[in-house]
Amino acid sequence: MLDVDKIKNDFPMFKNHPELVYLDNGATTFKPSCVIEMIKKYYESSSVNVERGDYLLSHEVSSAYEKARNTVAKFINARKDEEIVFTSGATDSLNMVAYGLIDKLNKDDVILLTYAEHASNILCWFDVAKRKGCKIDYIDLEPNGRMRLDTLIDKLNFYGNKTKVVSIAHISNVLGYKQDIKEIAKIVHQYGALLVVDGAQSVPHIKTDVQMLDIDFLAFSGHKMCGPTGIGILYGKYDLLDQLHPMRYGGGANSRFDINGNIILQITPHKFEAGTPNIAGALGLAAAIDYLNDIGMDNIEAYEQELKAYMIEKLSKLENIHIYNADTTSGIVAFNAIDVFAQDAGSYLSTKNICVRSGNHCAKILHNLIKTDQTCRASLYFYNTKADIDKFVAECANLNIENCINIFF
Amino acid sequence: MTNMLKDPAVLRELIMDHYKYPRNHELVEDDSYDSRHMASDSCIDDITVQSKIEDGIIKDIRFDGVACTICTASTSIMTELLKGKSIDEANVIIENYFNMMNEKTYDEDILEEAIAMMNVHRQANRIKCATIGWKAIKEMIDRK
Ligand SMILES: Cc1ncc(COP(=O)(O)O)c(C=O)c1O
Repeated sequence: MLDVDKIKNDFPMFKNHPELVYLDNGATTFKPSCVIEMIKKYYESSSVNVERGDYLLSHEVSSAYEKARNTVAKFINARKDEEIVFTSGATDSLNMVAYGLIDKLNKDDVILLTYAEHASNILCWFDVAKRKGCKIDYIDLEPNGRMRLDTLIDKLNFYGNKTKVVSIAHISNVLGYKQDIKEIAKIVHQYGALLVVDGAQSVPHIKTDVQMLDIDFLAFSGHKMCGPTGIGILYGKYDLLDQLHPMRYGGGANSRFDINGNIILQITPHKFEAGTPNIAGALGLAAAIDYLNDIGMDNIEAYEQELKAYMIEKLSKLENIHIYNADTTSGIVAFNAIDVFAQDAGSYLSTKNICVRSGNHCAKILHNLIKTDQTCRASLYFYNTKADIDKFVAECANLNIENCINIFF
Repeated sequence: MTNMLKDPAVLRELIMDHYKYPRNHELVEDDSYDSRHMASDSCIDDITVQSKIEDGIIKDIRFDGVACTICTASTSIMTELLKGKSIDEANVIIENYFNMMNEKTYDEDILEEAIAMMNVHRQANRIKCATIGWKAIKEMIDRK
């Protein structure tokens, strides 16, 4: 079991905001002291560039940066460190895959997505499809967000070898359904397509083994897993990653070039990291991973499931609350108060120091599926407590239009 | 300003009434109307505002869409308040409304029912809700 009181003490945000019930972990997470200290230490005691200087400090920072890569590789069980690219976040990683595949996509090729994808896993594909004359199609979901494998197979049969990419979230940011990636990968690979997985909402919360799941590309963000903002990861199976076309060029990514435009790029993954990287971010992310590993990803997942079950049990007793995803196992609860617009509910809760997200959560088209334009989302992390949930549920009981308007008086 | 509009209970009731029964809440298909679709990623209100401005007079304003209490009520109140006004009169009212939102000095009397929004700035993230309908009409007036 987790010692949540001890854990809360690790996070300065809770010291500075003892009253806060933070249930917007799907948006971003708080940072433990060890992560903040790591960043501070870099800027205070080893603030030099990587791979640039002949002096000892630069060598040390380069080693620490590469060690951070190793920490990430082990965390997701990549085959080797060279399969890990530091990016600025999940959005950046997904864009790097989409634009990186641009030479491999041809007119009439098909990219399969779902209606539950985050904008970051849709818009780059839209643009690439438009440029290359590809078709985007969507795999059907059940109302709880589970992908219908039969329709996946139907689509793959229908398009034959035209399907080049299937890009889906492991856990959806709105409904929180955890897809059976292993099974999906098996099917997608039978048809010779690539499986791109958006791990922004999964990697922070569950153990992710890219080899066991047989994922071709995986994208995730540091800031949603106790790490700093502005750092993220693109994982790719080495040969596939190596074949991606780099989106950015510059120092650090090349080893030689001449004035005639001949470039010899660095080997993968360095060729994807042009320019001075987010060194503090990479070190901070590695510190966050060490922190998560100390607690244990299995413990984190089990505890979040316990919290989620507790929240559903309490919340479903309230007659004014409609829950959209009671049966999904991740720590995301999508709900509305009956007759109350989500943003009004969010503002009311905010006056009670409870942070939830209201809106369409970027997954705009999903709403065709659950038949509402907007929801509130409470998303948990391992530092939340049952006491947080009790406060949240007690205020949810008060959600009605009158109370939501009263906050303005 | 009448004393009634100083009573929080009355203002609360006003917001509720405009939210439940928004005025001018139906769009028309008519080429003589200008139209603005107001939506953004950071705010989930999604409304369309139409106006018919002729001879320097706002002849009609209508709106529709999916929006929160504050957005719906503030836009509904705006349609009633500005309809029939000259562009010059409307500009003064709009300026005072934005001053109220931005916690600057404003003339309570000419804002009439829009005074119900006087405390929105206390929930700073909701100022957007209270202003997108007003921004829409302002844009359409400025284009005239
Ligand atoms: C499922 C999913 N994918 C991608 C992203 C984008 O992450 P970032 O904004 O960190 O790039 C998010 C963030 O909300 C997300 O929830």
